[in-house]
Amino acid sequence: MSDAPAPRSRRWMLYTPLALAGAAGAGFWVMLRGLQTGDYDPRGVPSALIGRGVPEFSLPAVEGSDRPALSAADLRGPLPRPVLVNFWASWCVPCIVEHPQLMALSREGVPVLGINYKDKPEDALAFLARRGDPYTRLGRDEPGRVAIDWGLYGVPETYLIDRQGIIRWRYAGPVTPEVVAQDLRPLLRRYA
Amino acid sequence: MIPELGHFALALACIIAVVQSVLPVVGAARRDARWMATAVPLALGQLVAIGAAFGALLWAYAVNDTTVANVVANSHSAKPLIYKFSGAWGNHEGSMLLWVLILAMCGAAVAVFGRDLPTALKARVIGVLGWVAIGFLLFIIFTSNPFDRVWPPPADGRGLNPVLQDPGLAMHPPTLYLGYVGYAVTFAFAVAALLEGRVDAAWGRWVRPWALGAWCFLTVGITMGSWWAYYELGWGGYWFWDPVENASLLPWLAGTALLHSAIVVEKRDTLKVWSVLLAILAFAMSLLGTFLVRSGVLNSVHAFASDPTRGVFILALLMVYVAGAFALFAWRAPKLAPTGIFAPISREGALVLNNLLICSIAAVVLAGTLWPLFADILMGAKISVGPPFFNTATAPLAIPLVIAMPIGAMLPWKRADVWGALQRLWWAASAALLIGLLSLAVVGYPVWPALGITLAAWLVVGAAADIADRIALFRRPTQAWRRALGLPRAAWGAAIAHGAVGISIAGIAGMGVATDTLVQLNAGQSTRLAGYEWRMDGVSDVTGPNYRSRRATVTVLRDGAVVTVLHPERRTFIVDNQTTTEAAIHTNAMRDLYAVLGEERDGAAVLRLHHNPFAPWIWFGGLAMALGGMLSLSDRRLRVAAPAPKAATVPA
Repeated sequence: MSDAPAPRSRRWMLYTPLALAGAAGAGFWVMLRGLQTGDYDPRGVPSALIGRGVPEFSLPAVEGSDRPALSAADLRGPLPRPVLVNFWASWCVPCIVEHPQLMALSREGVPVLGINYKDKPEDALAFLARRGDPYTRLGRDEPGRVAIDWGLYGVPETYLIDRQGIIRWRYAGPVTPEVVAQDLRPLLRRYA
Repeated sequence: MIPELGHFALALACIIAVVQSVLPVVGAARRDARWMATAVPLALGQLVAIGAAFGALLWAYAVNDTTVANVVANSHSAKPLIYKFSGAWGNHEGSMLLWVLILAMCGAAVAVFGRDLPTALKARVIGVLGWVAIGFLLFIIFTSNPFDRVWPPPADGRGLNPVLQDPGLAMHPPTLYLGYVGYAVTFAFAVAALLEGRVDAAWGRWVRPWALGAWCFLTVGITMGSWWAYYELGWGGYWFWDPVENASLLPWLAGTALLHSAIVVEKRDTLKVWSVLLAILAFAMSLLGTFLVRSGVLNSVHAFASDPTRGVFILALLMVYVAGAFALFAWRAPKLAPTGIFAPISREGALVLNNLLICSIAAVVLAGTLWPLFADILMGAKISVGPPFFNTATAPLAIPLVIAMPIGAMLPWKRADVWGALQRLWWAASAALLIGLLSLAVVGYPVWPALGITLAAWLVVGAAADIADRIALFRRPTQAWRRALGLPRAAWGAAIAHGAVGISIAGIAGMGVATDTLVQLNAGQSTRLAGYEWRMDGVSDVTGPNYRSRRATVTVLRDGAVVTVLHPERRTFIVDNQTTTEAAIHTNAMRDLYAVLGEERDGAAVLRLHHNPFAPWIWFGGLAMALGGMLSLSDRRLRVAAPAPKAATVPA
């Protein structure tokens, strides 16, 4: 900071920006390598639940909603077709981003089951009233207990469950049109 | 054919950049005037080539050329022409092309307006800009070619995200880029100074207008982004501390610090090493933002379609430019010996305090933005850093900064007396405290908004006190007008920009006491909010150029008299069946009435209504800050273009 003619003993301070930039660069390099190998994923760790049935849970309905409640029993196979389980909250910005895709999928007949995470019922209803309600069932996980059992990284997060009730896919982050086209559609076809 | 010409022009620009990065710099090192003189025509040629490439891309969009992959992915024939153009730079490839176009414009501006710049410095600056251009042109040509063709061509494009079809967003990226790229010029000046081993007052005088210009554009860009989030995302928020927003805030903070430290270099010939470091940092932060947004290493609403190959390339560029500049800095900075010395209590001392606080805020924001990424790779921990962290960590730094702003502006150079400055500011302090207490006790604001109002008043009245003091309004009122006309524009600019920060803070404080409600209304029914009666008159169908819309009519009344009629809409875009909500906003400059239309159920419409006191001041303040900067810039330009004898330069 000071501009005193740098004596030799303080020359090293001039190297700190270089050292910091080098360390940050190395970190970013590790991240980029990890992105390619799958070791690093900003959207969350790979779920330990892939290939298994859903954990046991039973959630109440959201008060004031006409959608029925959701429990593990609704996700046991055999199911008539694969379903999506979507964790969301009215306070979450990316949930707004993914909402049109959920609406479109639900219009096509893909059952979307919602778990409303750490939310107030009136806010959740307001969100759905404003943007549309894609959910065939809607459970309320106000304390976030069920989310812990599912290993939730954050909201929004979406799981695909096949007709036998096995979790096949998990996506942490907003389900954008690209995710629908590149990931979800092929999976829906494969497990149809 | 035209797209191929565009592609060719890009390759040509890259070759020109290679020559531009070698000849002038070598010429400067060998003191060869002819080699140095190549800088100007090369910089202009660079602009012509990149301008041709950009024109070719715009042409492909204008005629909706569906053989160009970029057009197919981002445009549609049914889109209004302005959004076809904004679509050209609303995507990754096009925005990178815009980036290098602006870089070429800056290079050409240095070449054309820098007639009085020392020849060697000018040659080096243009050479360094050439180095920057090479990297980004190679990046475009090898990883993000906007002119890639598709065959067979699809019947029509896939459209642009309807959320992005908006005049604010059409202008948002170009202004932000003008800011980011402007810091490439200050970076080039910093690197050129390190190469030369000399920083003097002339260097400060040249860097400051560029720092100021870039800062103005960045301020406008951030303000527009925030305004867009406010009216388009439709729930009344204006800043989310999203990593991408932080990425634009970081260069702004570094640039604000640079702006102030460059004054010290110019006036007092000290703080040189620090200013050079800040100039490198401001550009480093701009590049870091580019890397974070486009590499896919972070999870954000705003992130561009990400691609690890591009990420590696941008990281390589980041490392070459930033680490390279820092290495040069470590090697050459000891040469930049200061000649001036200063006392801690002085204007330059206050500017050092300003720099310390602003850089601390930047460090907090940087740490909060990068910590989740590094915690992940170092410890495998998944954490997220949200608004509570940023608010609590920046407030203790921002509050002393705001308190010091009017005092610092009052201090003279070299040696000052804080007590004297405080005596001239006592009435501003009293007014601010009075306004704060009134808002707390009489209006009944909670503590934080009341504190915000107090600080806002302190800044606005403090800026007024500064001007009043300079023109001797109270001591010699008869001459005040003449003195006001004679006051340098830089002084006016600084006072306006400082006061504008206060205006923005008042707006933010107002948002702290905003109220909202969610109601379901049939036609003819009404509700009350914040002393207004909101009556829903009905919902009708409207057809736009490429969307269908449901449009509500909401009449707002106060004491039976109509205040305004709001038309919130819910639009469905025909091509991709996406729905957006268009908020209806009525402002009277003191508050916003804000209505959003939700779903309709059994003939009743769901409406979200907001009353946001002082909300428009947030963005008005942002624009006024930029205006202050422009005013100061107009002063600088005059003086830089015609360097007056030393005696005539007025202390700013």
